[in-house]
Amino acid sequence: MDYPQDLRYTKTHEWLKEDGVTVLVGLTDFAQKELGDLVFINVPFEGDAVTAGTSFADVESVKAVSEVISPVSGTIIEVNETLVDKPEKINQEPYAAWIVRVGDISQREALLSAEEYEAFIREA
Amino acid sequence: MKLIFEIGAPGRETRYLPECDVPQAELPASSKLRKQAPKLPELTEVELSRHYTRLAKQTFGVNSGFYPLGSCTMKYNPRINEAVAANPQFSAIHPLQPKETVRGCEEVLKTAEELLCQVTGMDAMTLQPAAGAHGEYAGLLLIKKYHALRGDAKRTKIIVPDSAHGTNPASASMAGFSVINISSAANGCVDMEALKAACGDEVAGLMLTNPNTVGLFDPNILEITQLVHACGGLCYYDGANLNAIMGRVRPGDMGFDVVHLNLHKTFSTPHGGGGPGSGPIGCKTFLSGYLPYSKSGEKSIAESIGQVRSFYGNFGIVVRALTYILTLGSDGLKDASETAVLNANYLMHQVKQFFPVAYNHVCMHEFVLTLEQTKKEKGVSALDVAKGLIDYGMHPPTMYFPMIVHEALMLEPTETENRETLDQAAEAFKAIKAKIDMDPAQLHLCPTTTPIGRPDEVAAARTPVLRFTPAK
Amino acid sequence: MGSYIPSTADERQEMLKAIGLTAIDELYQDVPESVMLKSPLNIPKGLSEMEVRAKMNAMAAKNVVFPVVLRGAGAYDHYIPAIVGSVTSKEEFSTTYTPYQAEISQGILQSIFEFQTMVCEMTGMDVSNASLYDGASAAAEAAMMCLDRRRNAVHVAATAHPDVIETIRTYCWGRDIPFVLIPAKEGRVDASALHNSLNDKTACFYLQQPNFYGLLEEAEELIKSVHAAGAKAIMGVNPISLGILATPADCGADIAVGEGQPLGLPLSFGGPYLGFMAAKKELTRSLPGRIVGETKDTKGNRAFVLTLQAREQHIRREKAGSNVCSNQALCAMTAAVYMASMGPQGIRQAAELCYHKAHYFAAQLQQISGFRLVYKGDFFHEFLTSCPIDPIKLEKALMDKNILPGLIVDKQILWCVTEKQSKATLDVTIQSIKEVCAQ
Repeated sequence: MDYPQDLRYTKTHEWLKEDGVTVLVGLTDFAQKELGDLVFINVPFEGDAVTAGTSFADVESVKAVSEVISPVSGTIIEVNETLVDKPEKINQEPYAAWIVRVGDISQREALLSAEEYEAFIREA
Repeated sequence: MKLIFEIGAPGRETRYLPECDVPQAELPASSKLRKQAPKLPELTEVELSRHYTRLAKQTFGVNSGFYPLGSCTMKYNPRINEAVAANPQFSAIHPLQPKETVRGCEEVLKTAEELLCQVTGMDAMTLQPAAGAHGEYAGLLLIKKYHALRGDAKRTKIIVPDSAHGTNPASASMAGFSVINISSAANGCVDMEALKAACGDEVAGLMLTNPNTVGLFDPNILEITQLVHACGGLCYYDGANLNAIMGRVRPGDMGFDVVHLNLHKTFSTPHGGGGPGSGPIGCKTFLSGYLPYSKSGEKSIAESIGQVRSFYGNFGIVVRALTYILTLGSDGLKDASETAVLNANYLMHQVKQFFPVAYNHVCMHEFVLTLEQTKKEKGVSALDVAKGLIDYGMHPPTMYFPMIVHEALMLEPTETENRETLDQAAEAFKAIKAKIDMDPAQLHLCPTTTPIGRPDEVAAARTPVLRFTPAK
Repeated sequence: MGSYIPSTADERQEMLKAIGLTAIDELYQDVPESVMLKSPLNIPKGLSEMEVRAKMNAMAAKNVVFPVVLRGAGAYDHYIPAIVGSVTSKEEFSTTYTPYQAEISQGILQSIFEFQTMVCEMTGMDVSNASLYDGASAAAEAAMMCLDRRRNAVHVAATAHPDVIETIRTYCWGRDIPFVLIPAKEGRVDASALHNSLNDKTACFYLQQPNFYGLLEEAEELIKSVHAAGAKAIMGVNPISLGILATPADCGADIAVGEGQPLGLPLSFGGPYLGFMAAKKELTRSLPGRIVGETKDTKGNRAFVLTLQAREQHIRREKAGSNVCSNQALCAMTAAVYMASMGPQGIRQAAELCYHKAHYFAAQLQQISGFRLVYKGDFFHEFLTSCPIDPIKLEKALMDKNILPGLIVDKQILWCVTEKQSKATLDVTIQSIKEVCAQ
């Protein structure tokens, strides 16, 4: 399993990549393995507000739906529309398949480093 | 198997209607007419008939074999029900005929309502909802109306156990409520502390089924309904599991204010591949003024919730259910429930030698196995076992429900199975257990005796093909 | 007695013994003593099949079957080919459950896939679901599909069937959203009232074609108006009329719904009926209820399977758009067999016969003094007329002659003529009406 060092992680299995102004959010390798083959993703709209700790999107496998929880509060400035046609990208390259780019960041949840996330998974 | 569109040829038909014997009127302007004829099949009756005979051969019904689908009550569908429903004096009646010409239909509806009220301990009933979920929705609207007329706008929440059927919270959302999910206790029943914590002045009501979705009768039921009433909420009974308790105990006596029934489960009307069913709702007197009515066919009721569909309900299904209730009577319904519970315990007693039960306790009309260990140790899941059972000539049990049990398989044999069938089913489980011990990988290939193997559901969901499209 | 329980009392004792118990009571150990029933249910004891049949038939005999039905208003008397009942009474189809196990349900799954295809062809839309309870609840579910965060008001034509209007109104109350009734003008939707009602909160507008009075609405124009305001258009249609009339797709509708009862289902005092729903491709994942899709199995064979289940209640629970679980599968199969047996020519012929016979009857009626069409304009097979005498008196007189006349609506009569009525029957009816009015 993959835990890129340059990313931050949440206990609900999202990853974050910062560029100083905005963040990209996606689902971790662990999440995509648990979810199985993804068949669809319900994405939000550009301009939507997101709140740290609440759901902003959901992913569907054949038999289940899972919420994607935002690690930050802010505004969605970009949505990765390619995932709507090809949700399997999240299974194939979870750390390249970003879901949203968030800006105007006002608040963050507690984030884990790669080591801390790996430890968290091992304990669970 | 060819699709019906892949049979026949242009110009083939059977003439069912005569030529036009009146002068032809002018059709509306061409802008009001359809531009292209529908591409329906063009075949003669013999081709049609054979097509459906082929389809029937690839369909497994209760009449084909054992069908222990937990929570669905796949009991035998008596033939007399069909014969009675086919009477043209029932089937050829227009819903808007003058009242004096439909006294028979009125008597059917009224008698069914009265008998079902007696079975459930309710005071009034409507047969309008067309299915269980539809009844849930209507029943929740009764609760909504009750609080609205009390002027209590705070009651916006419905308590639902996490073991509930998905229709419960979905119906609550449709009725404008938010859902408080309460976890189940380790014994599968309502967690009383969680319930107490959830009760408050924002609670409109509780939705519960008893016996619950893991097949257990909740012994705290009276305290549960008392707690909800004490905080000002009402109690809704999901009647899907009524087959366990008829003649023994009634939801109305357990403290419930509204119930829905599934005539296509408990009362033997056929499942039809997924409907038509019927989901009547019953209630106590204080809610009866809010029951739905048909605007086109009945006198208006001032405080009614309105209507949830046209006319009076699935009348043809009610005819079948009434026939069944009259056939069984007070003694027969009790026998049915007791035998349903006995059959489930008898089967559970045998099957638990091979697979663990989720709750090692006397069950009601259904019980749940958990394949969690088997999955961990042998890589064989509930799905694999279910598919394996197909090769033994039975319909698999319900899979992955309720969600509080991992790798669940829920079995409900019903009372209409004989002992030999139950013994044979136990043998099938035994054989599958042996396979898992010897060569678990085999289970991933099941079923092997069916016209198709496992379908690719991922592809079906990623790239939906939901209709046949003729080649250009 | 017919309790359909195979095991005898002796066998049940043996089974109890096998599980270490002696009495059935022990199985109910968790039921509180205070609620255990101590006496039998207060309903009659069970009866033999012969007695039950006699009892039910005695009830049926209290109904009056009219050989001639000239009443529609949401339930239509059409000719049903014998093959329809013969196919749908096959026990495999009637006694099977929802096809969750695809490998042993290819028959029923394929039949639903075929039904979905036929509904698309009839309506011109891209995708259909596996059916809903009836036309009224289908209309309400369609309205709910159109809601989003910004638009939540549902506008409904007052010229729709009263039960449909009331059902949509109830579903709107359920979700605490605005319900707006658009008034009629001369029997059809008042186009300027509709236009003035539309705003950026409007989610959808529902119109019925033909409408409750049998008249053809200016569907295309109304729908353009709705789209211009950014809302969606739902068209509720009579499926037989689609044998000749413009389809919802032709008119630009986003969602097509309707009552499928005319497609081979008997009148049956109002149910079981059949709701159908079809929509444009973009709305596929918003469709409520079950949907069958095509895929392949592990060996590459074509296979059918329930799909897009992640929309549904058993997965989304309180986040589901709709709670629909059971649908009307056997009724959908009935409609599919009807559509397949009639074929495109037969459906067209049924529609034309209805149209011509209704217009013939209307013309003959209007030659009797006092009978006038209340509204001008194109109609399909239903029409509203005035009545020179007390309509209840006319109704009674015709019923005495085994004819069920049109529905009395505010002292006027809503007539319906289908392909079932021969010219001779219509002429006899006209004659009887003349006689009653002459008295």
